[in-house]
Amino acid sequence: MYGLDKIKKGARTGVGFAVLTGFAVAVSGMALASERPFGLGTLATAEQVAGWDIDVRPDGKGAPIGSGTAAQGEAVYAERCAACHGDFGEGVDRWPILAGGHGSLATIDPVKTVGSYWPYASTVYDYVYRAMPFGEAQSLTHDETYQVVAYILYMNDVIDEEFVLSNKTIGSVKMPNRNGFSLPDPRPDGQPKGEPCMTNCKVSTKIIGRARIIDVTPDSQ
Amino acid sequence: MSQKTIKSAISRRQLLGGAAATVGGMAAAPLAGAAESNPANLPPNVSEWTPYLGAGVDANPYGMPSEHESHVIRRTVEWLTASAESSVNFTPLQDLDGIVTPNGLCFERHHGGVPEVVPADYRLMINGLVDRELLFSIDDLKRFPQVNRFHFLECAANGGMEWRGAQLNGCQYTFGMVHNVQYSGVRLSDICREAGVKPSAKWVLAEGGDSAGMNRSIPIEKILDDCMIAYSMNGEALRPEQGYPARLVVPGWEGNMWVKWIRRLEFGDAPYMAREETSKYTDLMEDGKARMFTWVMDAKSVVTSPCPEKPMISKGQNLLKGLAWSGRGKIARVDVSLDGGLNWQTAELHGPILNKSLTRFTMPFKWNGEELKVQSRAIDETGYVQPTIEALQKERGVNSIYHNNSIATWLVKSNGEVENVRLG
Ligand code: HEC
Repeated sequence: MYGLDKIKKGARTGVGFAVLTGFAVAVSGMALASERPFGLGTLATAEQVAGWDIDVRPDGKGAPIGSGTAAQGEAVYAERCAACHGDFGEGVDRWPILAGGHGSLATIDPVKTVGSYWPYASTVYDYVYRAMPFGEAQSLTHDETYQVVAYILYMNDVIDEEFVLSNKTIGSVKMPNRNGFSLPDPRPDGQPKGEPCMTNCKVSTKIIGRARIIDVTPDSQ
Repeated sequence: MSQKTIKSAISRRQLLGGAAATVGGMAAAPLAGAAESNPANLPPNVSEWTPYLGAGVDANPYGMPSEHESHVIRRTVEWLTASAESSVNFTPLQDLDGIVTPNGLCFERHHGGVPEVVPADYRLMINGLVDRELLFSIDDLKRFPQVNRFHFLECAANGGMEWRGAQLNGCQYTFGMVHNVQYSGVRLSDICREAGVKPSAKWVLAEGGDSAGMNRSIPIEKILDDCMIAYSMNGEALRPEQGYPARLVVPGWEGNMWVKWIRRLEFGDAPYMAREETSKYTDLMEDGKARMFTWVMDAKSVVTSPCPEKPMISKGQNLLKGLAWSGRGKIARVDVSLDGGLNWQTAELHGPILNKSLTRFTMPFKWNGEELKVQSRAIDETGYVQPTIEALQKERGVNSIYHNNSIATWLVKSNGEVENVRLG
């Protein structure tokens, strides 16, 4: 809908559109060239696309064929993940925490984890396969990824040990904080009523906090 | 050279202490200059660099700043992150004039380090709901019609440390996750036409070729409106840390979406809900619910001098300098207060005043040594007014990390020192 309208408009206003189209036809002689305003780039093969198209959507679209259980994932996790994320997903030193934090989101110290915060299981698969282990991206097999994702979900009490996470089931896993997000963006917010005040404004100018006293600034100057 | 640099850094540090002791008693004498000057170089003497020939051409095939400017660098806060490969550093806004950020000073944020992309092996893939799935080399991209536009890029977490109070004592650390350069590249709407986007395509997943495989969903409306694939910044190829050889430009929207080292655009009919738009870059409110897809960077401004790194060094005539920007359009006005927001005056805006670009403002003023509470307030062409931190906290609480565009306060003490403080 909105997309198409704009594309059509764009196509009509493109300077030299007709000229370039003709050029493309003349140069490449391809049947499709008449629809390609510039005739630039090459067609991607299905095999090329498959190698790079690694994303997985909440409904499971894009999930590669494969499966795994948390029971199987425990070993993968211990070997490839625990050094940074901790045996129980608690996070070693400052490496990210992966489990816990339930019921903390409305407190002064919210702990956002896969279990307490993430709305979709697909995101865990998508992220772990593309980016983890940190520094060894895209090195897990698809089955290993299902296994270790199942293990993270299991640590967060989302699924049990024997649940078979697969391309068929990943879209149906219900995450605890699935309804914890609001749309659309309600901003602009925090706006003054009427014109911004210019003189004798009613504001408190008392100092209630000082960065100097907190003293966490690196010594740089 | 390094010895000289160290010396000038030391004297600069001593200067802050020295300034503290003596500024009060000064009239308009330039204390900083006086402290570092060598009389042998001052008139009526012939300066030491005058009699002899200097370096010839090509001494520096790629020119670098004067060694006396070696303090003008990006800086990081090490305790913020677990590793330097997933970390951030900050632009030294306090040392810049005009609106252009030099390429080497643009702040960096990576999630998996800076990949070394070989340009001959670079490809941009277009797939999904298109008539033709395509691959473009960097040379292909450079043959498309070109656009050249200035835009600011701001991380949504810029100022994120300051939600609960004044924490970091520096303009660089509290405002420096922003930069502004001129991009050269290709309109995404042209790339869309080349691929033939299907009417069912509503969302685009942009994906990086780095070790984080950075991925974000962008509504197709925005893609067609003003997004571009950039291959140059400020006239030269993108710097490796800014996405060499090609990055996405998403004007006015949060920096995380400007995927660097971009390798793929997938067209789909629903958002992808990547980690960076669920676990991160969602704004947690007081009630435990989080705002999602908060893309626009609202209007913001900062006084870059005086600021904690730029103390007042002389009484009398002075120049206040700052930057303002808005993800909703052009900056219309910037007001400055020297008394903590009781009274405001409108600063001078310097051209060019561009859409979704940093805008420079200045305000000449006289200082007689009294304490100042310096603030600035940006207003954009849509009428949006940069809010106070109280107003934002009232709406959002203090847990949201992202999108803190509130007014900051620099306390100028009578000894010239400047400190980041919170009023209330
Ligand atoms: C060398 C340390 C290291 C190892 C090993 C590692 N990770 Fe990570 N992990 C990280 C870092 C660092 C991040 C955050 C990266 C960023 O800032 O974008 C992260 C983020 C994550 C996240 C997202 C956390 C969040 O709340 O957003 C998940 C999930 C995750 N890792 C899973 C795994 C899995 C599964 C493995 C094993 C296959 C693994 N990690 C191995 C360092 C590591």
